[in-house]
Amino acid sequence: MRSQAAPRSGHPRSVAASRPPLQRIGIDVGGTNTDAVLLEDARVVHAVKTPTTPDVTTGVATALRALLDEARAAARRNRRSEKRQEERSRVVPRLRPPVERGGLADPAPIDAVMIGTTHFTNAVVQRRDLTRVAAIRIGLPAAASLEPFVDWPEDLAAMVRGEIVMLEGGHEYDGRPIAPLDAAGIRAAARRIRQAGLTSIGIASVFSPLNASCEDEAAAILAEECPDAAVTRSHQLGRIGLLERENATLLNAALVDLARRTTRAFTDALAASGIRAPVYLTQNDGTVMLAPVAEMFPVYSFASGPTNSMRGAAFLSKLADALVVDVGGTTTDIGSLRHGFPREANNVVEIGGVRTLFRMPDLLSLGLGGGSLVRQAPLGVGPVSVGYRLTERSRVFGGDDLTATDVAVAAGLIDLGDKKRVASLPAALVRDALARIHATIGEGVDRMKTDARDEPLIAVGGGCFLVPERIAGVSKVVHVEHQAVANAVGAAIAQVSGEVDQIFQNLSRDEAIARARGLAEAQAVRAGADPRTLTLVEVEDLPLAYLPGNSLRVRVRVVGEIGAAADAGRRGRPRLTR
Amino acid sequence: MASLRPVAAAEIESLAIGAWILGTGGGGSPYLALLNMRKLYRQGAVCRLMDPMELGDDDPVAVVSNMGAPLVGQERLTDPRPVARAITMMEEYLGRRFRAVMSLEIGGGNAIQPFMAAALLDLPVVDADCMGRAFPEAQMTSFAIHDLCMYPLTLADVRDNAVIVARAASWKWMERLSRKVCVEVGSIASTCKAPRTGKEVKECAILYSTTKAIRLGDTVLAARRAHHDPVRAVVEAERGLLLFKGKIRDVARRTTEGFLRGTAKLDGLDEFRGRGFELAFQNEFAVGWLDGAPRVTTPDLICVLDSISGEAVGTETLRYGQRVSVVALPAPPVLLTPKGLEHVGPRAFGYDLDFVSVFGLKGA
Repeated sequence: MRSQAAPRSGHPRSVAASRPPLQRIGIDVGGTNTDAVLLEDARVVHAVKTPTTPDVTTGVATALRALLDEARAAARRNRRSEKRQEERSRVVPRLRPPVERGGLADPAPIDAVMIGTTHFTNAVVQRRDLTRVAAIRIGLPAAASLEPFVDWPEDLAAMVRGEIVMLEGGHEYDGRPIAPLDAAGIRAAARRIRQAGLTSIGIASVFSPLNASCEDEAAAILAEECPDAAVTRSHQLGRIGLLERENATLLNAALVDLARRTTRAFTDALAASGIRAPVYLTQNDGTVMLAPVAEMFPVYSFASGPTNSMRGAAFLSKLADALVVDVGGTTTDIGSLRHGFPREANNVVEIGGVRTLFRMPDLLSLGLGGGSLVRQAPLGVGPVSVGYRLTERSRVFGGDDLTATDVAVAAGLIDLGDKKRVASLPAALVRDALARIHATIGEGVDRMKTDARDEPLIAVGGGCFLVPERIAGVSKVVHVEHQAVANAVGAAIAQVSGEVDQIFQNLSRDEAIARARGLAEAQAVRAGADPRTLTLVEVEDLPLAYLPGNSLRVRVRVVGEIGAAADAGRRGRPRLTR
Repeated sequence: MASLRPVAAAEIESLAIGAWILGTGGGGSPYLALLNMRKLYRQGAVCRLMDPMELGDDDPVAVVSNMGAPLVGQERLTDPRPVARAITMMEEYLGRRFRAVMSLEIGGGNAIQPFMAAALLDLPVVDADCMGRAFPEAQMTSFAIHDLCMYPLTLADVRDNAVIVARAASWKWMERLSRKVCVEVGSIASTCKAPRTGKEVKECAILYSTTKAIRLGDTVLAARRAHHDPVRAVVEAERGLLLFKGKIRDVARRTTEGFLRGTAKLDGLDEFRGRGFELAFQNEFAVGWLDGAPRVTTPDLICVLDSISGEAVGTETLRYGQRVSVVALPAPPVLLTPKGLEHVGPRAFGYDLDFVSVFGLKGA
């Protein structure tokens, strides 16, 4: 264990003299690009961008190889400069302490690898790679008329729906059982499920976020009867609201096979690159889970792409409260940072047409990006985009399509490709198209603003040159280094979280929040957080109308730096090998 | 016959949207009731809507509502069987069959409860309710304003539990007795309120409110399809008033005496930029202040709608940063009488304000 206390902030530990700097790799596997960055404590030392491959693994391996090649080259350069410095230091006093760790020929060992991916969301949206699941609902005679999958789009339900089992059990809001758990019914159902050849099961019991015993007992019986099946229990995923929680559970169950394969692909790619650090997957809320845990909860990675990009923007700009505009090739995402985390959408979030209650960032997506097509007469920009084919189809890159990037090059906002190819564009067209782009972004920013005061705005993404320098309601537009790989940076800096959403009775508000905080902290530590670094990032309390006994629903979220697991990895002396 | 017409599945969808708007922040989301209706319709059910004027003076009418905490409903879901059971138990108690069923409150999920019962019992649904919106308390109905009898009441849960409250000394006692039982069975129960005669419904109910809710939902859906502003469409179609448009800056909630009370503060957008609005609620929105001065009070309907989709926003789902519009819709005339205002005016909610309708109708 490290001896010094880490700073209680959203940023990684500052460099301490008593230990080597923390080396973290962040990888973002997007639909178009796989980005990777190497962070040394709070400093981005290397960044690479490579195309995403259909098998994921190849792209990740390529990105890692490129990153490590850069790191090795830099290490060699360092060694030469250290030598020169040592030669100089024989005659002049040393100005800075020498690098402590040996092995100057090698880059430093990696402490942790954090991967963010949109793979699982895409599987649901595109209706591919899904596993058929058995749904077990526990709560009869309550919740009887609306069976599992009841509000799913029919095409998706037809792909995922296996057995449906509804049994007695579950709890009241005050902890009393609705009916005794029908254990015999679960055993019989388990045998049917095994005979049907189903290997993934989702269980949802009424009020399980308050009392999980029915789900746990059912899972124990399933483990005996269907030892090879993966079981998702709804209380592990969350909040009050049976249908939405069950939907999340069933989506998760439908994705566990894919998640397992994908996670293995990641770990294989890392092993092939000679990295033996612990691997984490980033979640919707900007925190991480260890890969072996994360592969059991793919739904938690649904929105990790935009979250990572916003967290990366916060980190690179050192702003904790700001608006973020991420301009990609096809879309622009606008979000709002509070305390270094994206503001969450609190309402029902639909994934591929399924209602869920996930922790998702509140985002506004506009059909505008660097690859957006510019139409003339009448003037229009986007939403159609050349996407990843920007470097062949846009004018500055030798193509015939007029894109937002061409307009920006013509206006002198950025120097890309061959600017002579856009020199003949009419000045009025360039001016009007740019004005249209700026107005679209400005309106979007205004819609996402929740503070009447002017706020700073961080512009990131490959197309961030499209963001105007002056926007109403914005105090300043901040551009940052490494803006094109903000998402991978966001992955690299992700922390571990714990969250509790529970009803408390007969406690004062302060007592209830303290109780919830304790539970959330214990959860975070179990997930790998260093207990000394835990901070409270969110408290929400909602008194419940009608319920007796001063009932209060409390939601608390804590985050902390990666702790024990990363330390354990370090003890195992993971090294870059070659 | 136009007086007893089948209700199409699409109309139930519209009813859910319109009822949630008429809920004025309370009444609970109609979503789960709507899912039940979709299922019942897939199984072949077709509900019939009855013109209240077609009721014979002596026809007995069942008045139903779901009672309990919306949050419990989110876990236990809603089920058509207990509400049907509450009705048949009342029939057994009275020794008479009901001619039709109607809703206690058209605002929120209770708008759909009579349809759920009707689908199982093959009874027509009367095009009426007794609130014209949603209200938090039992005596806040047009039947109570008209001093009709508040008993008997039947209450059923999803198990085989059922209770009859044969008599109650007052509306308050009826509320206390039934609330106690409701909490005991898990804070969610189906109730059949004091039965009404056709004459009472025709004279004391708020008529054609079901049709109004369906029309409201149709208006929102049509505007969305045409990419028009649904909020403006609602205001125009229902002769309402747009009171404010803005973003929610702050929400404070607390539970007192079993109600969800609180306030929400809004910052103006568009034509309201630079101005502020504050809403106070007790389950439903009760009072609104524009720049610190009272702008609207109950019983005028204070509806908070998502500025983009036109969907209603409930007091339990208000959250920081939402972009919403505050719209006033006219209240049923019975609520504006001196007697009506005693039951549902601002003072009934503890606000020392005289009711002045935003629609220019002066109250008592």
